[in-house]
Amino acid sequence: MKKRYLAGAAIAAAAALALAGCAGTAGGGSSSSTKTLTLAEAQKATSADDFGGMDGLVAAANAEGHLNVITLPPSWANYGQIIQGFEKKYPKIKINSANPDGSSADEVAAAKAQKGQSTAPDVFDIGTAVMNQNLDLFAPYKVQSWNDIPADYKDADGLWYYDYTGLMSVGYDTKKFPNGVKKIDDLLGSDFKNSVAIKGDPTQANEAASAVYMAALQSGGSADDIQPGIDFFQKLKQSGNFLSTLPTQATVASGETPVVIQWSFNNVAWGPAAGSAGNPNWKTVVLPGAGLGSYYNQTINADAPNPAAARLWEEYIYTPAVQNLYLAAGAYPAQLAAMEKAKTVDAATLSKVGAAPKDFVQLTADQATKAASLLSAKWAAAVG
Amino acid sequence: MTALASNHGAGATPRRRGARPPRRPGTGWIGLIPFSVYAILFLGIPAVLAIASGFFTSAGAFTISNFSAFGDPVILKDLVGSLGLSAASAILGAVIGALVCYAMLGMNPDGWLRTIVDSASSVLAQFGGVMLAFAFIATVGNQGLIIVIAKQLFGDSALSSPIYTVPGLTLVYLYFEIPLMVLTFMPALEALKPAWGEAVATLGGSRWTYWRQVGFPILAPAFFGCMILLFANAFSSFATAAALISQGGIWPLDIQRALTSETVVGHENEAGVIALGMIVVMVVLMSAYGVLQRRAARWGS
Repeated sequence: MKKRYLAGAAIAAAAALALAGCAGTAGGGSSSSTKTLTLAEAQKATSADDFGGMDGLVAAANAEGHLNVITLPPSWANYGQIIQGFEKKYPKIKINSANPDGSSADEVAAAKAQKGQSTAPDVFDIGTAVMNQNLDLFAPYKVQSWNDIPADYKDADGLWYYDYTGLMSVGYDTKKFPNGVKKIDDLLGSDFKNSVAIKGDPTQANEAASAVYMAALQSGGSADDIQPGIDFFQKLKQSGNFLSTLPTQATVASGETPVVIQWSFNNVAWGPAAGSAGNPNWKTVVLPGAGLGSYYNQTINADAPNPAAARLWEEYIYTPAVQNLYLAAGAYPAQLAAMEKAKTVDAATLSKVGAAPKDFVQLTADQATKAASLLSAKWAAAVG
Repeated sequence: MTALASNHGAGATPRRRGARPPRRPGTGWIGLIPFSVYAILFLGIPAVLAIASGFFTSAGAFTISNFSAFGDPVILKDLVGSLGLSAASAILGAVIGALVCYAMLGMNPDGWLRTIVDSASSVLAQFGGVMLAFAFIATVGNQGLIIVIAKQLFGDSALSSPIYTVPGLTLVYLYFEIPLMVLTFMPALEALKPAWGEAVATLGGSRWTYWRQVGFPILAPAFFGCMILLFANAFSSFATAAALISQGGIWPLDIQRALTSETVVGHENEAGVIALGMIVVMVVLMSAYGVLQRRAARWGS
């Protein structure tokens, strides 16, 4: 971790030098039909119209030439392809992808620590709990397709907007477990010894906490009462089935973590979809009954060093092409309903991934706070 | 923190020169500047910033409420985990390392075996972090070579590797603790003069008498000093543990959790408090190390 930090600093320093090198040319790219905004004006732009329309926004973003994204792993919700697609569509803008394996809290920390520097993140893909604590970091912006995002999926002023959700799923190696996983209690069986992993410490990682919430829903608990989820993992630990290894695509491919409870889009991405880097026998199941989802949010840094590129990124994210890329990874995009209506959704992909769940549980901010404090009191003792 | 530790370790047996030349105000201190600047930039300032953050809320107001972290049963349990892991790896590392040193004493100092052990120790003492974790995952991890062979040999498919638990980390840490012991303890052992053994023999003492009355008492300060160094080394290790254990259990991982948690938000500044706790433990240990080193140095000339 320390090493990664150093490497990050080195990359950041290199990026800063590179940026300093082009600073002289950055201001000159104005065209007749568009408006040229100052940095401060661009940081306050709330729609593409402030740049004189999409052409103006593209021109301004091209002039900036860079976009800093953070904590976007290439195998997470298809971000590898999404980033490549952006660079292909806007070849004059180079994406700097920092700390791909970091957490939402790392995003906020980077924004605060690098405020005013050219390396600060421009856009965030951020979990709701951390976002709600830091609303003053973000700039309101409404994409062109704003109306295609359902009203309860976005802040009315455009401070944040849902991008995608996965469903908590169980991924497992069919070669090792030919009988499969049909209910959560199956995982307590003796054939699952040393097999079941989650994505880290639930008192630290949202995805791991969501695994506990899902177990709660499957074991008679609710969004208001996640204790049954903690009890489930205690039983899992006592039966010797809980694995405290942090699963990655590599541990799934090598068989070190034969069962992983995580977002469906990650289980899908680590399976046959990953080709030779994935596990060909990896199967993803969303257990029947109450599902658990959690939308991530897109937000723009109020102090974005590349404010136009940041806004162009959001415009790009909320195009059907990119929303379909989320979907292909098993992540349900925020505009899915509108896309189904407008027939812009990739039908083949949708039938492969399965229709969007009509009702799944998403913890409210209050429920999440309550669940987190229960986790920090009880989790370590349950699996310790 | 490791920088501090190994810096002390370098002078395991300072040799005293007979009479020092009289002190003169000179320009010798200039030579100290690069190291001082380095230590201040990369050790001093970060340490001060880390500790200071413990005294503020995330909004920037002064507070001592972060110290309530020390009343958190999880933090206390993890302190016990940290101390236990460090003590176990220090004691085992020191004993095994000392035995290796003793064995090496009988070798030709310029022989190939001795040279190999010496250079391997220098390399392996610095072999930590993710690389070390990977080496263990590949050999004794759940899908590692040895465990897979053992599974086939004993037909027990439920066989699991211990390296993913806090007690199991002891095994992993020994991989750099033993070489560190060899590096730091060997000079003390070499400083034992053959003449002392000959003197004991002349007076009719046995080999056991020599070790009991002369060898052990002289080596004890160096031995325990090195053990403290090993303890400190294990106590401050982070990356290896982070790569192997995902559910916490030691203080360095608690600091990470406080800083980066997505679920239990708003506890960033508790990391500063835990860091302060770690520094207190290290200062106590390093003071003890200093005292023991002074005792050890008495016999060095």
